[in-house]
Amino acid sequence: MNPFRDPMSSDRFDSESSGVALAGDYWRRDGKPDALGTSDRVGQPLSRLDGAQKVTGRARFAAEFSFDGMLYAALVYSTIANGRIASIDRDAVESMPGVALVMTHDNAPRLNTAPVFLRSPNGAAGDDHPIMQSDRVHWNGQPVALVLAETQEQADAAVERLEIEYRAEPAVTDFEIAKGQARAPDNVLGGPAEIALGDADSAFAAAPHRVDATYTTPRHNHNAIEPHAVTLKWSREAGTEILRIHDASQCVDLTAASLAEVFDIDAAQIHITSPFVGGGFGSKTLWQHQILAAAAARVVERPVRLALSRKGVYRVVGGRACTEQRVALGADDSGKLSALIHSGIASMTCHNNLPEPFVQATKCLYAADAIRLSIEVADMHMLANTFMRAPGESVGTFALESALDELAERLGMDPLALRERNEPAQDPISGLPFSSRHLLEAARAGAERFGWSGRAATPGSRREGEWQIGMGCATATYPYMRMPGAAARITLSAKGATIDIAAHEMGMGTATVQTQIAAARLGLPVEQVTFRYGDNMLAGAVLAGGSQQTAAIGGAVIAAHRELVTALLALVTSDSPLAGLSADDVVCRDAGLAAADDASRFADYAEILSGAGRESLSVEAAAADSEELAHWSMHSFGTIFCEVGVSEISGEVRVRRLLGSFDCGRILNPKTATSQFRGGMIMGLGLALMEETWFDARSGRIINPSLADYHVPVQMDVPEIEVMWTDIPDPHTPMGARGIGEIGITGVGAAVANAVYNASGKRIRDLPITLDKLL
Amino acid sequence: MKWTINGQVREAEVDFRTSLLDLLRERFQLSGTKKGCNQGACGACTVLLDGRRINACLTLAAQVQGREITTIEGLSDGEALHPVQVAFVEHDGFQCGYCTPGQICSAVGLAGELERGWPSAVTKDLKTTDVAFDREELRERMSGNLCRCGAYNGIVDAVSEALGEEVRR
Amino acid sequence: MNAFDYHQAVDAEQAIEQAMRRQQTRYLGGGTNLVDLMRETVERPAALIDVSTLAREIEETTHGGLFIGAGVTNAELAADPRVRMRYPVLSRAILCGASAQIRNMATVAGNLLQRTRCAYFYDIASHCNKREPGSGCDAREGFHRYHAILGASSSCIATHPSDMAVAMVALDARVHLRGPDGERSLALSELHREPGERPDLETVLAPEELIVAVELPPLPMAAISEYRKVRDRASYAFALVSVASMAALDGDTIGDVRLALGGVGTVPWRARRAEAALRGAAISERAIDTAVEAELEMARTLPGNGFKLALARRLMTSELKARVADAREGGES
Repeated sequence: MNPFRDPMSSDRFDSESSGVALAGDYWRRDGKPDALGTSDRVGQPLSRLDGAQKVTGRARFAAEFSFDGMLYAALVYSTIANGRIASIDRDAVESMPGVALVMTHDNAPRLNTAPVFLRSPNGAAGDDHPIMQSDRVHWNGQPVALVLAETQEQADAAVERLEIEYRAEPAVTDFEIAKGQARAPDNVLGGPAEIALGDADSAFAAAPHRVDATYTTPRHNHNAIEPHAVTLKWSREAGTEILRIHDASQCVDLTAASLAEVFDIDAAQIHITSPFVGGGFGSKTLWQHQILAAAAARVVERPVRLALSRKGVYRVVGGRACTEQRVALGADDSGKLSALIHSGIASMTCHNNLPEPFVQATKCLYAADAIRLSIEVADMHMLANTFMRAPGESVGTFALESALDELAERLGMDPLALRERNEPAQDPISGLPFSSRHLLEAARAGAERFGWSGRAATPGSRREGEWQIGMGCATATYPYMRMPGAAARITLSAKGATIDIAAHEMGMGTATVQTQIAAARLGLPVEQVTFRYGDNMLAGAVLAGGSQQTAAIGGAVIAAHRELVTALLALVTSDSPLAGLSADDVVCRDAGLAAADDASRFADYAEILSGAGRESLSVEAAAADSEELAHWSMHSFGTIFCEVGVSEISGEVRVRRLLGSFDCGRILNPKTATSQFRGGMIMGLGLALMEETWFDARSGRIINPSLADYHVPVQMDVPEIEVMWTDIPDPHTPMGARGIGEIGITGVGAAVANAVYNASGKRIRDLPITLDKLL
Repeated sequence: MKWTINGQVREAEVDFRTSLLDLLRERFQLSGTKKGCNQGACGACTVLLDGRRINACLTLAAQVQGREITTIEGLSDGEALHPVQVAFVEHDGFQCGYCTPGQICSAVGLAGELERGWPSAVTKDLKTTDVAFDREELRERMSGNLCRCGAYNGIVDAVSEALGEEVRR
Repeated sequence: MNAFDYHQAVDAEQAIEQAMRRQQTRYLGGGTNLVDLMRETVERPAALIDVSTLAREIEETTHGGLFIGAGVTNAELAADPRVRMRYPVLSRAILCGASAQIRNMATVAGNLLQRTRCAYFYDIASHCNKREPGSGCDAREGFHRYHAILGASSSCIATHPSDMAVAMVALDARVHLRGPDGERSLALSELHREPGERPDLETVLAPEELIVAVELPPLPMAAISEYRKVRDRASYAFALVSVASMAALDGDTIGDVRLALGGVGTVPWRARRAEAALRGAAISERAIDTAVEAELEMARTLPGNGFKLALARRLMTSELKARVADAREGGES
């Protein structure tokens, strides 16, 4: 699968008899890389350790736990976008069979507003609207009533009968109108809404070769196949009120902290577990359903399950905002960019904090003499938009990489050559050196494998029967992050080790890969390592988002590993072969510690523990601060290659071949990594060709809240996807790895659009590329 | 009402509104069958009814009284996994695992359809009962099972290997 | 879903009796559409009469046609060797619809009586003359990419979503009905009503009348017939435009032709004008173009579905050409 000659393979010497030293201070400017990044102990294609549970149906998801006496919940969603609830006729419904509670703003308990993600340190919520606290309606689809009943059938039947009158007020539900009042947001992911380097507008005006185009992308919804669900129970333990929650979550700690604020209790009173999550993609955070379920359960003093219907997910859980982006490129005859302007507008609500950051990728990809990047937002009455796989980069690279393709054509250059021409030596905006950037190697190897040289430069010149064939490419990128808060506990006994960390498994392979890594670090067989996660009571707080979880866990385990080895050495007696050694003098191997420079000085963990009269040893440590981000510009990169057929008769587009060549640092498990890359690329195919949330501009209502009308790719849409990678360790990250969860979706939209252009001569700047646009 | 579920006769008093899916998940705690859309648009609830794959979400429990239903829990024999299950693990035919039981039941149902010589939309010559067993056929025939994680390639690899074995037997 | 009564019928007669004894009944076939609509509260029957276990046979008729029980599943019908040999257009049309799972559940009669997939019809908060006569149509100025360009009225532009029915109308299928007043049969093309001012009235079925069978007449030309469906993804999606077609040649002229369209009509659309223009015409591109225009002349488009006119034109043209070529090849071999 990997054709790269690994430039560091000579260093990757790590036979069974040698061991793994403690990780270095990879985050420091002159720090030492994590030894595991160059070790053969990672990188094995281990099958998922939770595979048997998943293929037998034994893996239990949030709606599959139950409590005795549990009630089932159903929600009523508003049908206006702005206004007030005039009346709700609860009485008729309260007497229906099995109904235990009808909760509306009239009788809901007092709840604090939930803290918003990225605005508050505890924030896991999408918006800061009050939840069922008044008669106000803020979006079409807002929950306005909740019914609890003995069975789901009874709860569903009851909400259908609830009569609600509204007093509608004028609402902004048309993006075309909202655009007229666009404003600069106070921040974009904590940074400024506008970034300027030089005078890009003048440089653009003076450029001999120019492209200036507008690209539009629609709203998207995550559509994880598991709908959001929560099963929860309030109880008293030793006089303290405890809220036990089975959630589908990619942020158990933040959710607990947020719920604590909402219910005015201590976060320690909330216990959330989420062992399996049926897909998240940014959506499995805190939305109203968890809060309403907990509020209702507290009122009736019975456990509650609230499983959103598919439609309910569209009403309650935000999606990706729509964008209108301008990309203006100016270049000289050689293709060197003199001006790079990327600006535009995204829909938003003033109650959340996520302007779709579509210029993110543009910050790091190309050297240009002058750059201007800006984002404006158009406020609308709608459900809060939120993070969806590669927020910003997914749709931003569609615009930027389409424009690059347009410029290449205008210059008569190969699109890859144009990108090479503008490869930056350091971060174009911050001026920081890249921690590890091998985009060109990835692009060249990908081009070779894909047969890029076979691309016809003239659009529309290759055909097979009714099918016009074309190739396109685009750059993919996603930043490296390592968020604060990660900590890990390692408990070691003669039987092996348990790693505890409040992290998440949504299918990324975390549980498998982290077990492999911990086993490698500790010199234990994989079977003797248990990785526990998905529980806010475990150590640390790690968000499964921003493609940062692997690094965050890695950083925490590195810190705990050092604690553990230090503690073990403190236990050894003076007659031990390890006596006198310090943590940096030893390596872990063969279920024990050995002197790094003398393999004969060895003691296994069981000996050390029993010698000290201990059953086990448990340590906890927090990850080092992510200082590396202050020293380097850190990003994953890749190039997507695509071949499409466009039917001359019907305009149908079929993706015939798709290849991603990535530079994401060390790949820790090729099997699960391949799946993640492919999964992202398939979501990219959806973005390119079919995905669109129909937001009715008259009513602000989502009209296709179903998997029948919101098309995601099916098996038949997806060719065999080739994935390859440089596997060059990043010296400044844990394990030498950078995240891979989101980069797959980036670049794909443009690669497809560019291939469609190459096939048909038609440039589509408005996603999705449906066949009507090609007729 | 009575059903034979995974070889066992099961009985329950149920509301006529109860779907086969909710019967399995809520009454019999067979939560391996998943609810993804509850409207026949995703395939996560696929089970076998008298050996044929169907969507349990659109099937009323009352409607299939007395019939034989096989769910994901009934495919493995104790700890011994069904060959399709083994192949899914080996080929990484899933990520989050939520659509997986439906995918696997669907693949088992598909095997029966191939054995009977049933054609698909991509079968070139509908008149032949000797239906090809290639990737394109498998992709079309598995298109009723959505996977948002995008494990489609691994799923075809797994089904292809597992059913290839079965078809040869 | 509201509470309802359920009765499993043992035969058609009893099903009708049961239906007559109750108010607001619906016959239940595979449930793939009705159960979904009940969950959305678009349908609120007080009782379901389950007829899905009745009429599960496909029989030969004396003239070499097929008599298909109403309860035959879509999957069984598509796979039947006689259908595949004599009416491949029908097999292909069925196989292009829905998913394998749904085809294993859905019945022939249920497929014919499935209701539109218009998103506003499904959303009870929206205005829809079909769901609630007189309430208006939100599709006309909303999302109507999937909507009809043929047979629509000012009150409704919803398409009939079936693929199977398109092939069947092309094959001159007849539906056999049984009701309180006895049995009757009619051409399938007469079953569905165009919306006019009453889009809620979708068929000519009388109250409690039950479809018991579909009869396919013998049609030798159908042995070479095809169905092409164009949609927004490669599988498991409703048609934007689909075409069922077959042709028989008489020397250098077109002896007979059948053409029907899906995805563009408020009912399964038999392209009779195009057929009439082609029958007896000398084979030429111009004859095909003229015939296609004759049919599409009646099309009325809206901003979101205007592309269907061009798409239908292209598909009809290319399919007709292909069938003529097939027929030539068939004649030579």
